[in-house]
Amino acid sequence: MDSNGSGRRRFLKSAAALAGVAAGAGAGAEWAARGQSAPPEAAKPEAAKPEALVKDAQDHRELLRRGARMSVDHITYYTPIQDYGGIITPASLHFVQYHASHFPDIDAEEHRLTIHGMVDRPLSFSMDDLKRLPSVSRVHFVECHANSSPMIHSQGNQNMGPPVQFIHGMASNSEWTGVPLSVLLNMAGVQKGASWLVYEGADPGKFSHTVPLAKAMDDCLVAYGQNGEPVRVEQGYPIRMIVPGWEGPFNVKYLSHIKVVDEPYHTWNESMNHSVVRADIGNKSRWYHFEWGPKSVITRPSAGLTIPGRGYVQITGLAWSGGGKVSKVDVSTDGGASWKEATLQTPVHTKAHTRFTFDWAWDGQEATLLSRCTDERGEVQPSRAELYDHWGISGEEAQKPNRAIHFNAMQPWSVARDGSVHDAMFTS
Amino acid sequence: MRCSLLSLLVPAVILAAAVAAPAQSPTYNVGKPLSQEEIKSFDFMIGPQGQGLPAGSGTAKEGAVIFANRCEVCHGHNGEKGVLRRLVLGSPGKPFRGPFKAEEKDSVAYYPYATIAWDYINRAMPVPKPGSLTHDEVYSLVAFLLYRNGIVQETDVMDAKSLPKVEMPNRNGFVPAVPVYPPDPTKPNWF
Repeated sequence: MDSNGSGRRRFLKSAAALAGVAAGAGAGAEWAARGQSAPPEAAKPEAAKPEALVKDAQDHRELLRRGARMSVDHITYYTPIQDYGGIITPASLHFVQYHASHFPDIDAEEHRLTIHGMVDRPLSFSMDDLKRLPSVSRVHFVECHANSSPMIHSQGNQNMGPPVQFIHGMASNSEWTGVPLSVLLNMAGVQKGASWLVYEGADPGKFSHTVPLAKAMDDCLVAYGQNGEPVRVEQGYPIRMIVPGWEGPFNVKYLSHIKVVDEPYHTWNESMNHSVVRADIGNKSRWYHFEWGPKSVITRPSAGLTIPGRGYVQITGLAWSGGGKVSKVDVSTDGGASWKEATLQTPVHTKAHTRFTFDWAWDGQEATLLSRCTDERGEVQPSRAELYDHWGISGEEAQKPNRAIHFNAMQPWSVARDGSVHDAMFTS
Repeated sequence: MRCSLLSLLVPAVILAAAVAAPAQSPTYNVGKPLSQEEIKSFDFMIGPQGQGLPAGSGTAKEGAVIFANRCEVCHGHNGEKGVLRRLVLGSPGKPFRGPFKAEEKDSVAYYPYATIAWDYINRAMPVPKPGSLTHDEVYSLVAFLLYRNGIVQETDVMDAKSLPKVEMPNRNGFVPAVPVYPPDPTKPNWF
C-alpha cells in the first residue's frame, strides 16, 4: 500500500515537473537561448490549435535554422542534426526534399485516400474514417535517397548550414502515428496475383512511387500524426505514407491514391531520377533500391564546429539502419586504427535514429573521428573505400565526389590542433 | 484509502482490454465503396505495358508546337539545351545509346519504357501548372520527344496502342531487368 502510494506521489510529482518544463521551456526558451525573442504567437493558446500549427509550417519560420536550397522544381531544407540531442527531430526541423514549386493547400475535410486496382472492394476513406481505425505510433527515420551523397561534400554554401547539416541533414526521425497500411488493404481485400502497389500524392506534381506488396503488408503506415501533432504541411498534411527503413521517396506525402497491381510500375522517380549508373554492373543502372544500410554520423564535434580546448569532449551522434535495430556503434579517434564501443541511448527503436555517446579526452593533437554502425542482423557500415570498391569506383574517380546515392559510408571528421573540425571524407 | 482508486481501476482496465481486443476479422464499417466511374476520374497511374493509358493520340509535328509554347522555357529549343534537364540526346534517326553517366540520365532516351514519359508529363508537367495538358497534348509531346531522340518517326501516331510498343534503346540498361522483392537473398539488401 505504502509503496503504491509513494509511487503514485512520485508519478504526480514528476508529471508536474514535466508540465513545468513544457510550459516554461517550449519554443520560447529555445528562441531566447538563441538571443531572439519568442515569436508572439507562441505564447497564445491559439498557437496549439492544428490550424495554427499548419500555418506555422507554411510560414517557414525555421527556414534560417534549417538552411535551404531551391530551384524551379525543388525545395530543400536540411535538418540541423548538430543542434539537438536525443533521437526525435522537432517537426519544424524535419528535412524537406520536395519535387514541386510550392506546397499544396489541402482541405483535410475534402481530402480522400482511395484504394483500387486488384482489390475486391475499392474504397475511399475520409481523414475522419482513418482516425476511427486502429492506430499505432512508431519511431522511424525518413532519409532522402541522396543524403550524404559524395557530390554534396563540395557544394555547401552559407545558406545550407554547417557541413554535417547539409551533408547528412536530409535525414530526420519522428514518432509517426497512423493506420497500418495492412489494415486498409485487408479491408479492400487484395486479390490473388497482386504483388506491388503504386501510389501517388496530391501535391502539384502528384509524386508517385511503387512498393512491393510484401513490404506494404509488413510495416507501412498511413500517418496523420508526427511527434504528437498533425503531420505538417511540408511533411504531407493531412496524410503521408511511411515505409520504415526504406529510401525517402517511398514515403509519399499528401497521399491520395493507392493502386494494387501485379508488376512494378517504374515511375519516373524510381526508373529515372533515383536509378544510378554503376561500374560494377557494366555501367548499367541499379534501380529499385529499397532499404537503407547501417549508417551513422558523429554530429558533435563535426566539421564547422570547434573543440574549445583539450580535455573532456563528449562525442555524440546518430546511428540507424533500414534493416532493424542498431545493435552497436563503435567510435574511433585515430582514423580507424582502433575502435571502442559507444554508449547507446535506450530504448533503441527499429529502423530509427539511435543516439550514441562516447567520452573522449582530447590531447590537443590532430585526430580523425569516425563512427561505425552495426545492426541487429550483423550488417556493418562500410568505409568509403569498401563502398566504392563494391560499386566498382576506382583510381582517380574514387578521389573525387561523384553522383553516387544511397551512400552510407562512415564519415571521417579531422580535428586540427586549434580544435577546428573538418570534413575528411575525401582527404583521408 | 489512497489505493482504493487504484484497486478499482485495475479490473476496469482488464475489462476494457478484453472488450477492446479485436476479433479475428474485425469489421470497422468505415470507408465508402468506390464506383468504377469514380476510379476512372482519378486513375492515371500508367503501367509499363500501357495499363491505364486513356484515349487520345498525337504526333511529333503537333508536339513540336506545344513544346515550343509550354516546355521550351525550361528545357530549351527542341529539348536540347535549357535551364533544366536536357530531354533530347541523339537526333532524328540516330538514337543516343549511352553511356548514361550523369546529366545523360535526364534524357527521354534513358527511359526503359516510353509509357513513363506519358505518365510523368501528364502528372507533373509543366511545373508551374501540372495537369493542364490534355491527353492529346501529352501524346503529342511524347511523340515529339521520342522523335527528337531518334526513337520514332516524325509521322508515327502515338496512342494507347502504339506507345507501349515503342522499343526504347536503353530498355536493357537496368539491373535487375525485372525488379523483384525480396532481392537476391545471398547479398545484403542494401548493397
